[in-house]
Amino acid sequence: MRPIGFIITALVTIALVWALDRPWGSVPALGRLLSPQHGFWQNADPSDLDYNSSLQFDNLKGKVSVYFDERLVPHVFAENDEDVYFVQGYLHAKFRLWQMEFQTLAAEGRISEKLGADPRFIRHDREQRRLGMVYGAEQALKQIEAEPSTKAAADSYTAGVNAYINSLDPSSLPLEYKLLGYEPEPWSNKKGALFLMQMSKTLAGWDRDLESTNARSVFSAREMEKLFPVAHDSLVPIVPKGTVFDMPEKMPAPPDDADSVYFGNDTTVQASEQNMPDPKNGSNNWAVSGSKTASGAPILSNDPHLELSLPSIWYEMQLHTPTMNVYGATFPGTFSVIIGFNENVAFGFTNSQRDVKDYFSIRFRDASKKEYWFDSGWKASEIRIEEIRIKGRPTMKDTVAYTVFGPVMYDESLTHEVTGTKAIAVKWTGQQPGNESLMWLKLNRASNYADYEDAIRHFSCPGQNMLFASKDGTIALWQQAAFPARWKGQGMYLMPGEDSSYMWQGMIPQRENPHVINPPSGYIQSANQRPVDSSYPYYIPGNYILARGVTIDKYLSGMSRITPAHMMLLQQNTHSSFAEDAVPVLLRHMNEEGLDDKERSWLQEVRNWNFDAAAGLKAPTIFQTWFDSLEMVVWRDEFARIKGPRALPDEQTLLEAMIRDSIFTYADDIGTPETETLGQQVTKAFKMACADLKKEEATTGLLWWKHRQPAVNHLLKPLAAFARKVQVGGWSNTINATTTSHGPSWRMVVHLADEVEAYGIYPGGQSGNPGSRFYDNFIGDWAAGRYYRLWLMKEEEAKDKRVKWTMTFTNA
Amino acid sequence: MRFILALLLIAALSFIAGLYGPWWTIAIVAFLVMLLLPMAAGRSFLAGFLAIFLLWSVVAFIIDVKNEGYLASQVGEMFGLGSTSLLMVLVTGIIGGLVSGLGAMTATFLRPAKRKY
Repeated sequence: MRPIGFIITALVTIALVWALDRPWGSVPALGRLLSPQHGFWQNADPSDLDYNSSLQFDNLKGKVSVYFDERLVPHVFAENDEDVYFVQGYLHAKFRLWQMEFQTLAAEGRISEKLGADPRFIRHDREQRRLGMVYGAEQALKQIEAEPSTKAAADSYTAGVNAYINSLDPSSLPLEYKLLGYEPEPWSNKKGALFLMQMSKTLAGWDRDLESTNARSVFSAREMEKLFPVAHDSLVPIVPKGTVFDMPEKMPAPPDDADSVYFGNDTTVQASEQNMPDPKNGSNNWAVSGSKTASGAPILSNDPHLELSLPSIWYEMQLHTPTMNVYGATFPGTFSVIIGFNENVAFGFTNSQRDVKDYFSIRFRDASKKEYWFDSGWKASEIRIEEIRIKGRPTMKDTVAYTVFGPVMYDESLTHEVTGTKAIAVKWTGQQPGNESLMWLKLNRASNYADYEDAIRHFSCPGQNMLFASKDGTIALWQQAAFPARWKGQGMYLMPGEDSSYMWQGMIPQRENPHVINPPSGYIQSANQRPVDSSYPYYIPGNYILARGVTIDKYLSGMSRITPAHMMLLQQNTHSSFAEDAVPVLLRHMNEEGLDDKERSWLQEVRNWNFDAAAGLKAPTIFQTWFDSLEMVVWRDEFARIKGPRALPDEQTLLEAMIRDSIFTYADDIGTPETETLGQQVTKAFKMACADLKKEEATTGLLWWKHRQPAVNHLLKPLAAFARKVQVGGWSNTINATTTSHGPSWRMVVHLADEVEAYGIYPGGQSGNPGSRFYDNFIGDWAAGRYYRLWLMKEEEAKDKRVKWTMTFTNA
Repeated sequence: MRFILALLLIAALSFIAGLYGPWWTIAIVAFLVMLLLPMAAGRSFLAGFLAIFLLWSVVAFIIDVKNEGYLASQVGEMFGLGSTSLLMVLVTGIIGGLVSGLGAMTATFLRPAKRKY
């Protein structure tokens, strides 16, 4: 024996194995990852992978047959309702486990536990806890489990997910687990509730109350109304203008001291949420009644715009039991079909954009946060200790005090910007108990308008425009959720929280929510605009988007003898009503003197533009850069005076101010002695834009798609190799609302003829595995504007040539 | 002969061990095989290296062909190695080979020095 040689080689071997068995920063454990029997190679599915199998589980009551078609869409036929949700859970996990768990971990504020001690992750996790995401999921879970039908479905779904998780071993884990170095936990009904909380946050978690509070310190109440108007001139609301609204029995009234201590207050707040959802999360839906279609049957269309991600947020399925036969897009993470149709009805959603989140300033007795001042006495807060586990670091304990106004989001332990015993609590409808799942259980089985109306009552957050159409010819839309009944201006700013006078006084009665049923026009449209004109009795602030609704309304009002093909074309439409309104105004104010040849040619490009934000044009790039510059030129000087976080008025406000008033007061740059005119500012903005465009020209040629670089990113953006670029046009204010990272995440058109005729597509693929040919196989067709015929299969068709694989599930 | 035998044994036993155990069983298998079939340090390393280089790259290659290079090209991009999937096959073989080669070589030093095999 040669001990020295032995020791050296043994140590080197062990060191190498050790080094290759652990991650180094963002580099995963290479030995494990590269081993063809354990690592990523195991996720490289053969192109001709055989999905046929038969499985046995104790939990099942009967037999379930799953027929996969050529796009890997499962058509699930079960003998009872519990079994269908078991198999839905199993299939969601089989094809999408990593994403569904990761989204619930994010909802729960557990990113740093899996990804490490990055300060951004820790801040994210603390914000989630302090917003009450876990608390809200617990409230929702109580409701889900108190209702027998949702309890049974949730239990079956959870059992199905766990049946798949239990079949995994380290080599068969989804790729992302191998790259990130953790393993899945057992699924639970609570995780399902957390998934829905994440949806609530994405769609109803936006507000700008603190930014407005800061703006109020600089602008008068009158100016604030002009800068952030309740409704725009060119609004085309969902409920047709002129509809008469019933006056509420009880109107909320402002406290007596509102003018002095609330509207007149000029303090600023430095804190702001760092993980606020993107305000551009929007959507379109519309329905046309038989009076406008070629067949005489209604057609419903829906395209929800979300962050485009791989794996996709959507998974296509058909669920068939003796009580239902429904097809559509499902959310891996929860049971039921979310957007879809059955043999009698179709349903689709857009976001209401209503602000349902308000802030109250709290004063604690001392640093323990155990008591706060409320109604002339010290009131005990409920203390919740949030344990935030951090990979590679000791667990962090975060003390969150719950008040009558909700949890305390900001205090000095989160941010040094809120000091001493001062704190800010956040009241949000997402924290309140609701049973959204019950709506979908009922909607999936609905056969007429009464069923739909009964189903939607159960839904409390996030506020949605719930579009409905049925074979019997009804089209309808309710804007549904629990919405606070506010007095005018309530919640626009941070509110005093030392007594009950500024609290929400109640919720708007459900029957008073905006709705429209079989309107004389023969169509209903919603596209994230304000749902009603200013005659609606309640104050309903929100992050409304105007232009798409105007465009959709313009097209639909002029159409007749509509077919599904027309509706698909409309979903692809990239005409910009906003640009159509804005360009003439810009050109009118533009001074062309002193432009060089290139600048002149770009101006000409805009002048000749047909307002189509098409992928291959230069004009949209020039226009958008110009308008963005103009917003900076006009607002920057006034808003720079604001201390703390700020939000600028939206593009529609600037445009309408320019149209209405050519001596627009904000045009003047308050930093200079002379008084600038709008013409000077428009010209200055154009020159600024040209400077940017000259820098950009070499790389993008100013082509609109290259300028935006739209992409379907992996859920974890740093995994760029698993993302896909798409060459498409559009913008957030065009019907095809594809921006850089957002866009139509599912397009669906349903023609409710005798035999339902439906089309749909989403930018992804049925498998979440980047090693499967079904990972991204829809993206090319989606980008090209193509659709797939959605097959509401009958069980007799099991031998149809479209059925490629069959899985059977039976009791063990 | 002994070299070929050792190489085949390491490859075959590592494949079986890999079905049940973690990836680093390749180092243990190579070590044990070399205890049974001792060779000089350099030859030991070479036998261990080649055994797993071949095993891992052949298995990876077969998977890659069936997958039409789809995943390996993306993983290659992720590591900044470009989208040629065969490069990932090669890297896989080399990493596995190094671990196995070192494991094999370790066994040599448990034997008395200066014996020729």
